[in-house]
Amino acid sequence: MSVAVRVIPCLDVDAGRVVKGIKFQDLKDAGDPVELARAYDAAGADEVTFLDVTASTDDRATMLDVVASTAEQIFIPLTVGGGVRAVADVDTLLRAGADKVGINTAAIKRPALISEVANRFGNQVTVLSLDVASGADTPSGWEVTTHGGRRRTGIDAVDWARQGADLGAGELLVNSIDADGTKSGFDVPLIAAIRAAVEVPVIASGGAGRAEHFPPAVAAGADAVLAASIFHFGEVAISQVKDSLASAGYPVRR
Amino acid sequence: MSKTVAIFDYGSGNLRSALRAVQRAGADASLTCDLDEARQADGLVVPGVGAFTACMKGIRDTGLDKVILQRVASSSPVLGICVGMQVLFERGREHGIDTEGLGIFAGTVDSLQAPRVPHMGWNTVEPDADMSLFAGIEPDTRFYFVHSYAAVPPVAGARIARGHHGHAFVAAIERDAVSACQFHPEKSSDAGAAVLANWIKGIT
Repeated sequence: MSVAVRVIPCLDVDAGRVVKGIKFQDLKDAGDPVELARAYDAAGADEVTFLDVTASTDDRATMLDVVASTAEQIFIPLTVGGGVRAVADVDTLLRAGADKVGINTAAIKRPALISEVANRFGNQVTVLSLDVASGADTPSGWEVTTHGGRRRTGIDAVDWARQGADLGAGELLVNSIDADGTKSGFDVPLIAAIRAAVEVPVIASGGAGRAEHFPPAVAAGADAVLAASIFHFGEVAISQVKDSLASAGYPVRR
Repeated sequence: MSKTVAIFDYGSGNLRSALRAVQRAGADASLTCDLDEARQADGLVVPGVGAFTACMKGIRDTGLDKVILQRVASSSPVLGICVGMQVLFERGREHGIDTEGLGIFAGTVDSLQAPRVPHMGWNTVEPDADMSLFAGIEPDTRFYFVHSYAAVPPVAGARIARGHHGHAFVAAIERDAVSACQFHPEKSSDAGAAVLANWIKGIT
């Protein structure tokens, strides 16, 4: 037996509410992240990720309440990313009930943040999140971006993935800016390139449109697969993704 | 009267989930850093995430080490979780540095040799036939693991559940009133709740 491929729904949370649209049947309040996390837990999600997209300090406090309420009610791992700038932010999120914390832009500005977080809380807590675009003048052809892909950094994405793992990231969340929102499938070459560079688990993100899109991401080396809108709009159920993975011969949790 | 369970807080990560999961499994659980409470509770949970060395330091600095050893000597139930299980072994070896553990179980906790480390995600276990933690749980049930180090079977005098990631490792262990699991029952959904319920049922 071997470890199951994790299927992870991702929720964008702003001021305590899920944004980017959710159409979930049988929910009293489809904008409540706690209720949605519960629904995904019940639907067989292996993990849930919250992306904090809020800007203001007040909204950050609200986010901590959301994390705390979720941790009270779901019994699968919870990852929280977005706006993490310092070790103290990680501490606050863990105390609220997060199991893992995603770091993105702040690590690009100051890579030592990765090792600081990993040394203090362990690499199992430290998820390096990368927003990657192609067509770049970097050795691999892939480049790390910020601000949802609008700003390029000049950093080679494969080098950055390797460096992040060396600094202590226990997992990489690789989001393809090119594939994101296309619903035409994961960026398989990108996943394969990053897989070849690191030993830590890789979560593939961006581009999922149908259940059949998931097995190729795993074939390319992803240990976990993440999607947002197709789950939120009920276009694809978690169970259908697991059926598709199981048919392709990959272990899943039932 | 429901049984009392103390989850000892010596500064190790997210304990809220553990608290809620033990409560959900039917015990009167509380988070505490009070040694008397840890001594007197019907059951004691020793959590732990991160580094073996840091956890052992937290356990020794708070005096929890003595309470754990006293409880083991008097057959009072103890449940170690993740690094809280690892510290029950004789020693841990991380980055080439050996740290002395509590020595309740024989053996060394060492790095997992596998293509993918950390071992992160849901995996199956193979429990010895008479393990009370897994009573009534289906054989192919998956539990949530996240770790880079593990003890390796066999362990003298103890019943174990074997996990496999690169090689066989100790996924859970029990002997007398000491139980422990490398996976996180508080993060393992209904399967984890069943393990916690089994442990609580065994507390007398």
